[in-house]
Amino acid sequence: MTEAGLTMLNRTADSVARATPEPLARKVRGISDKGLAWLFISPTILLLLAINIFPLFWAIYLSFTNYRANRPNEMVKNVGLANYRRILGDQDIWIAMQTTAHFVFWTILLQTLIGFTLAWLIDRKFRGHAFWTTIILVPMMLSPAVVGNFWRFLYEPQIGLFAYAISFVTGIPATQIGMLSNVSLAPWSIVIVDTWMWTPYVMLICLAGLRSIPEYIYEAAEVDRASNWRQFWSITLPMALPFIMLAVLFRGIENFKMFDMVNLLTGGGPGSTTEVASITLKRQAFESWRTGYSSAFAIILFVAVFGLANIYVKALNKVKQR
Amino acid sequence: MSLTSAHSVVAPSVVSKRVAGTIIVLYALISIVPLLWIFATSFKTPPDSIAYPPKILFQPSLEGYCNLFSTRTRQTPEYINSLGPATGVCDETVRKRNMVIAGPSNFMPRFVNSLIIAFGSTFCAVFLGTLSAYGFSRFKVPLADDLLFFILSTRMMPPIAVAIPIYLMYRELGLSDTALGMILLYTAVNVSLAVWLLKGFIDEIPREYEEAAMIDGYTRLQAFWRTVLPQATTGIAATAIFCLIFAWNEYAFAALLTSGTAQTAPPFIPTIIGEGGQDWPAVAAGTTIFLVPILVFTILLRKQLLRGITFGAVRK
Repeated sequence: MTEAGLTMLNRTADSVARATPEPLARKVRGISDKGLAWLFISPTILLLLAINIFPLFWAIYLSFTNYRANRPNEMVKNVGLANYRRILGDQDIWIAMQTTAHFVFWTILLQTLIGFTLAWLIDRKFRGHAFWTTIILVPMMLSPAVVGNFWRFLYEPQIGLFAYAISFVTGIPATQIGMLSNVSLAPWSIVIVDTWMWTPYVMLICLAGLRSIPEYIYEAAEVDRASNWRQFWSITLPMALPFIMLAVLFRGIENFKMFDMVNLLTGGGPGSTTEVASITLKRQAFESWRTGYSSAFAIILFVAVFGLANIYVKALNKVKQR
Repeated sequence: MSLTSAHSVVAPSVVSKRVAGTIIVLYALISIVPLLWIFATSFKTPPDSIAYPPKILFQPSLEGYCNLFSTRTRQTPEYINSLGPATGVCDETVRKRNMVIAGPSNFMPRFVNSLIIAFGSTFCAVFLGTLSAYGFSRFKVPLADDLLFFILSTRMMPPIAVAIPIYLMYRELGLSDTALGMILLYTAVNVSLAVWLLKGFIDEIPREYEEAAMIDGYTRLQAFWRTVLPQATTGIAATAIFCLIFAWNEYAFAALLTSGTAQTAPPFIPTIIGEGGQDWPAVAAGTTIFLVPILVFTILLRKQLLRGITFGAVRK
């Protein structure tokens, strides 16, 4: 077809399009884009409103009452801010928050140190590194509950493999290594399992950070005769930092809400030495049935996590911009 | 040093590679020991499993698996001798302990619940997630960033905090301890991951494909169906596997909201007990069966893993 023919055809198409009334044109092309966008997005939003937001508002309402879920027929009394006031003055809650802080701090510190070191070593790209990386990644994909449950067996003082290995190395009799029964060891038992499970997670993100550093920067540093030490502190670490931060924030949020692994490994015990915030919440809500009180605690935890999530999203955007 | 690496002044030296390799292999081997121990314990007899020192070499037995799938009752040797010959491996194993098989255990129904709930919720989450992700990726949605943040923030809530009102709501609606209730809940949790991951995948598909299709006379919907979906298959598959793994592994909601008919495997496995305490070989057998599908998926997913665990933020 000639060029003139093409132009003619285009012009005809244009005039036909212009002559067609707007609503009809839309019908011809199917649903309008705007309609389609809402048709596609609204089911998700509706589901989240029903399963997440409506219950959230319900919990906010309950947090101002003395409602108990095991006595549904009892009169519900409005108690105002009393639940919140009691939580902030409750010694047990503060102890639980300290336990949570101990758990979050040590797991993140250990996972970041070990995870980054592993990533840094894997980045040497020795033979078979892909295979061994996959092996290292396995623990983080497994169910924390089911694996946490099995660690109870590994931690058994005499018959457990962990106690045996420790006593083999240190010479302390295996019967004396009661990881789950000793008050001072129990908080570390959950740190160890969490570190074992989630170090690969931090490692994987750090590895992505290290691989994102372009080689020419190192080449330039080499030309400038920068020492390896200097290169590490001035190039490797700062450039991988956004990734490390991302991993830290993600682990921070996850471990702040930690429930499954701890619940099955120690159940909060011995006593309440490993009672992290979620365990306290479960005990108050589903064992003491103080629904109003525990709703107030849940709202406080929400607000804390939401704050963390906000920081997280900002950091995430920063990483994305690179 | 080989010729190829001689080009680069910054390639790691052979020595540093060797040192790094040794440390990584050591770490990998140590970190895999608990899993190998689970696997080994599942083939031990109960006395072997609690022997001191822990037995590394042992006579393998199927007792753990037999105990996992059956309930047993203790009988007198005279009664057992009066029965005919044993009908199977399990029958024989159990009789040695002066017991007879009384019936199937609850493990199979719990495992099937896990399958139904995990696959059901994954299908719903991926279906809704694909539509939303396409909507967010291709159209100017007002307040898109706020909506996306809202979707993500629902995932940040502590599960126990969500469980309190959900527990009350499900009690009112009659959804407590039903597979439908769990599917709805897991869909709501997973849809945030699905939207974020799939938006990343769909963003990577050039718009030109759909535009070309639409010039050819397809409607937007047809263009979505015929050009975008086929190209997003890998992304959709990866997302589905991530949703599946989450639903499969989930414990907190399952433990609080299901107790019988709809209970999944994670809250069930810790409750397996034998005579005089936990029957560790049976627990190990249940754990092994429960973990194997995830191991397979991890290997399939290893290239997409990074993306999945960071909600699509890091893409390599």
